[in-house]
Amino acid sequence: MSASAPDTAAKPARGFRIDLKTAGPLLALALLVLLGITLNENFLSYSNLTNVLARSSFIGIIAIGATFVITAGGLDLSVGSMAAVIAGVMIMVMNWLIPSFGIGWSVVLAGMASGILLGGVAGVFNGLMITRGRIEAFIVTLGTMGIFRSLVTFLANGGTLSLNFNVADVYRPVYYDGILGVPWPILVFALVAIAGEILMRRTAFGRYCAAIGSNEQVARYSSINVDNVRLLTYILQGVLVGVAVLLYVPRLGSASSTTGVLWELEAIAGVIIGGTTLKGGYGRIWGTVVGVVILGLIGNILNLQSLISPYLNGAFQGVIIILAVLLQRERRTS
Amino acid sequence: MASSVGETAPIILAASRVSKSFGEIPVLFSIDFDIRPGEVHAVIGENGAGKSTLIKILSGLEQPTSGSISFDGQTVVLPPNGAAEAMGIVLIHQEMNLAEHLTVADSIFLGRELKKFGFLDVREMRKRAAAVMETLHVHVDPDARINTLSVADKQMVEIAKAISRDARVLIMDEPTAVLSVGETQTLFEQIRRLTARGVAVIFISHKLDEIMELAQRVTVLRDGQLIATVGTEALTPDSIAQMMVGRELSNLYPPKHEPDVDAPAVLSVRNLSALGVADVSFDLRRGEILGFAGLIGSGRTAVAEAIVGLTHRSSGQITLDGKPVDFTRVSQSVDAGLAYMTKDRKGKGLLLNMGLRPNLTLLTVKKHLRAGFLDSASETRALERAVRRFDIRARDASVAVGRLSGGNQQKLMLGKTMESEPDIIIMDEPTRGIDVGTKQQIYHIIAALAAEGKSIILISSELQEVIGLSHRVVVMRNGRLAGVLEGAEITESEIMRYAAGIKQSGNDERISA
Ligand SMILES: Nc1ncnc2c1ncn2[C@@H]1O[C@H](COP(=O)(O)OP(=O)(O)OP(=O)(O)O)[C@@H](O)[C@H]1O
Ligand SMILES: [Mg+2]
Repeated sequence: MSASAPDTAAKPARGFRIDLKTAGPLLALALLVLLGITLNENFLSYSNLTNVLARSSFIGIIAIGATFVITAGGLDLSVGSMAAVIAGVMIMVMNWLIPSFGIGWSVVLAGMASGILLGGVAGVFNGLMITRGRIEAFIVTLGTMGIFRSLVTFLANGGTLSLNFNVADVYRPVYYDGILGVPWPILVFALVAIAGEILMRRTAFGRYCAAIGSNEQVARYSSINVDNVRLLTYILQGVLVGVAVLLYVPRLGSASSTTGVLWELEAIAGVIIGGTTLKGGYGRIWGTVVGVVILGLIGNILNLQSLISPYLNGAFQGVIIILAVLLQRERRTS
Repeated sequence: MASSVGETAPIILAASRVSKSFGEIPVLFSIDFDIRPGEVHAVIGENGAGKSTLIKILSGLEQPTSGSISFDGQTVVLPPNGAAEAMGIVLIHQEMNLAEHLTVADSIFLGRELKKFGFLDVREMRKRAAAVMETLHVHVDPDARINTLSVADKQMVEIAKAISRDARVLIMDEPTAVLSVGETQTLFEQIRRLTARGVAVIFISHKLDEIMELAQRVTVLRDGQLIATVGTEALTPDSIAQMMVGRELSNLYPPKHEPDVDAPAVLSVRNLSALGVADVSFDLRRGEILGFAGLIGSGRTAVAEAIVGLTHRSSGQITLDGKPVDFTRVSQSVDAGLAYMTKDRKGKGLLLNMGLRPNLTLLTVKKHLRAGFLDSASETRALERAVRRFDIRARDASVAVGRLSGGNQQKLMLGKTMESEPDIIIMDEPTRGIDVGTKQQIYHIIAALAAEGKSIILISSELQEVIGLSHRVVVMRNGRLAGVLEGAEITESEIMRYAAGIKQSGNDERISA
């Protein structure tokens, strides 16, 4: 039984040595930024950075939910398809409400509410199947991944669902505007990250997640309601998918069967790069944020230079993921 | 019988001036140790003395920081990762090391599977596994999965696995901690058979009588220092204990305070039936220590788990302070002031990858919330208290609990249970893997708790402990209550008679007497 330690022996004060396991993701991020600066002077420009971060926000918000799910020893593969369904339903709800509410914020707000509600319901469904139905999380969410994906195709009749043009106009600022020039998606991402970090580190819920992922039996014997905590992680995940989507819809104003494809993998990759253990028991939100930003920057840097084809984006991301897991394994051998 | 071989045969495995540090913390200082074929050489010492570390070095799992190892007279560097098994050095770990999803037969042959025409010879492996288990008198199906076995059975599978390898040096780290008296005797028979064939056995145990019975020589470690290596004939359990702890150990058991026969029953169990439990009834009075004795698998743990709501009850009534209760979750019983401390500290008690603090407060996180947020200062204070009260020795609080010595893990778990400030405590094998000095401390803690009006159910396979502490003793057999002993009746032979089914209490007339 090899005990995996999240942090190996706390180093005595003297003898400065960088702890690769903790600082690894930050180091990688710093390297990427340096690389970006040397390759293209536009990299550090305000518009480029906000652009990268805003695009990363959707995955980032979803990945923060995934951090809780994974820390508690679970997995949710359905988030990408769930995002597509939520986007589709939000658009339909808004279009459908126009005759009674008229064009305006009330329609948009109703759409947002429906999105978050649907996310929560989807999370409840996943969570109940896993905790009460006693089916492996992998199987359940693989199933709902297919169900959600085909639902959105069905709703869109194989094509695209488009938001009414006038409502889209009202809604657009939610993606493109912000406070003091910082776009809303980045602000919301930051807020969710801070709240997530506090939830993970400073509340009983976060402690329970880590305990359950570390050893479910120990958690049960320690009077933790394992099923309820697990269920909550999936609901939180669903709600956060809803939040991500309500920021995403104003960007394109449409949803189709290709919306959110592979988001689940990007989210999980961000979580793992950030240092959360895939088999549960240890998670850190700030790591996930760094992980998602790293993934975003790779794509961005590839687009800003001309030596390497941007089509290799996926390959670079893959290499980073494998490196991150290698580092994690290092952590386990004492 | 084997001692003549032991004294004449050349040394097979030796450590000379071996030291070991983890990071900057030294845990072993210049230890000399040797063993001859046919000899049983015991290693004893307090929790954290460095016993497990020493034998890990002797089997190649850890490399010494300085000093050397010789095997068959040659200085060697033992290969890491258990490859020393090929040289005939087989180690049975303190923490069990079985792959949970393999079957018993698979585990026994793991790494040296039998093959026929290049394919696994499953039938032969199953047959031979059954044969080894038979010599150990263990009744487990070779096809059973490891994760369905009890802790004791897992330990026996480990032993079977080691015995079935052609070991020249067999190293056992507290193999008997989870075994009952009968199982221990069977194991000893096997060890004697092996030593008669010339196998050298290194044996770690906290049970001094076992060491007196089995070993020819004893090496005593204290705080990583070699205190002495002496022949057992020159020793008494008392003198060993004194060498281990460095002070005289009198009164292992505290005096029993007079139980108040009129004290109200705080816990009454009537006709309890559950998985592995049939029709069990008993009362626990305020301030009482009620021992639960019986063979391993006799249903004592099952009773406890059914009471606190960990397992489903099929029938029966439980009353707490006269009020009927029906716990379906552990949290309910904890809230009602009834706490259960598991015997499986690695599987059910502690989060091995986490530090001391989150483990200590896991049961009672809610107590450390301020405005809904965890107050780490309050958690740290709780840890400081527990470290003092239970004498938990760890390098620092951030070290993963899996790296603590076994005894310190046990003390941490006791601290964790007591954090919930229960009125009734069910302790399942509370001194498993604990050295005598600490045992004494824990016995005094248990007695003090009872004296201040807490009520304790003490499940233990160590008869001495049950006898030394309990006011009354419930003996279980095959999931049923075989008898309840009081006062002068509480003797080893009487308990064994009930446990083995030779004697049976006529009716329930004693239960609430
Ligand atoms: N991998 C490790 N990293 C850091 N410290 C360790 C490691 N393994 C053991 N230690 C420390 O070395 C000391 C000796 O531990 P060891 O397990 O050898 O004790 P022990 O004599 O077997 O005790 P017990 O009777 O409780 O099993 C302890 O203080 C323990 O915390
Ligand atoms: Mg040990």
